[in-house]
Amino acid sequence: MTGYISALGRATLDTLSSIGRAGLFLIQSIFCLPSREGFHLWLRQMHFVGVMSVAIVLVSGLFIGMVLALQGFTILVGFGADEALGQMVALSLVRELAPVVAALLFAGRAGSALTAEIGLMKATEQLTSMEMIGVDPLRRIVAPRLWAGFVSLPILTVLFGVVGIWGGYLVGVDWLGVYKGSYWSNMQDSVDFVDDVLNGVIKSLVFGLVVTWIAVFQGYDLVPTSEGISRATTRTVVYASLAVLGLDFVLTALMFGDLG
Amino acid sequence: MKRNNLLELGVGIFMLAGILGLVFLGLRVSGLGVGVPNDTFTLSANFANIGGLRPQAKVTMSGVRIGEVTNIQLDPKWFDAKVTLKLDSKYDGKLSNDTTAAILTSGLLGEQYIGLTVGGAPDMLHDGDVIHDTQQALVLEELIQQFVSNMSK
Repeated sequence: MTGYISALGRATLDTLSSIGRAGLFLIQSIFCLPSREGFHLWLRQMHFVGVMSVAIVLVSGLFIGMVLALQGFTILVGFGADEALGQMVALSLVRELAPVVAALLFAGRAGSALTAEIGLMKATEQLTSMEMIGVDPLRRIVAPRLWAGFVSLPILTVLFGVVGIWGGYLVGVDWLGVYKGSYWSNMQDSVDFVDDVLNGVIKSLVFGLVVTWIAVFQGYDLVPTSEGISRATTRTVVYASLAVLGLDFVLTALMFGDLG
Repeated sequence: MKRNNLLELGVGIFMLAGILGLVFLGLRVSGLGVGVPNDTFTLSANFANIGGLRPQAKVTMSGVRIGEVTNIQLDPKWFDAKVTLKLDSKYDGKLSNDTTAAILTSGLLGEQYIGLTVGGAPDMLHDGDVIHDTQQALVLEELIQQFVSNMSK
């Protein structure tokens, strides 16, 4: 009996200490960007984390916009309200789908790669040797990646939204025959720049920080074996996805909960 | 070095695409450019019933957008709705004293907005004035109620 209870206690303490380590890790690494060399490292990571994720984000955004228009049209046309298609596509993309789906894709595409990369560095003792020659791995390895994720996810989200709205236009206007003017004007009437677009961008900033933080920390904190790397990569995707979905609810409740 | 330049170019294009996307979302999707200019003056109008009018609804004249609704309150004196309008200052002193304000609906299911129609009085409306001649929103339930009570007579 006491065995079970102490196992519970050990699990709690382990969880708490890993949360504490993750928090310290974030604070130590996030404030060490500004140097010329750091900028170049950041640029390299921007390329790897951001630019290389553009293709998957654009393709998924296009298809999600197209599906949204198709589904929305079949429902709205029953009420004779197919002019509201633009409004529906734009609001659901800008408020919810673009930040969340882009973050999930980002966790799968970039997050897992970051974990595996840093994990392999740890397993091959590159991080330890860096410390030996007096280079801070937090500064050299972790900080550029964190900042790259933090900056690139909002951009990817915006691109996702733009392409999705264009995809909705392709299906709704060009294929299903919604009037072009009402697609845009209904959208412009209902989408507010601060309430909808900027709140979506704020969401994606939070997601960008959280996803990269989880990815980098899992890589930095893993057990340096091949099995440990594979587990940490899985954990990155699972934790990051759950964190994104959970945080999305909290942020939505804060942003839109009182609008009614 | 060449490889590095290519990389910088890629990241630059990426950032630029993000900024352009945000501009697209601002101008094309949320219609920021057609919003109210900073130079405005305010009028207020009392309505018996505003229906589903909400702050930030557009104010139009002949269908052209000239301002927006900034505030909606219940007037405790008459128990009707006091709506504050923010209009482009171009029209300050150009709208006649007997301008009418009506709450209209764009389409069957669209949002509600305020339509202004000028009258012919010689005196003009200025900042802070009140529009007296108003027409309340059409509430579907009331219309049906009237219809039913007329039928049963």
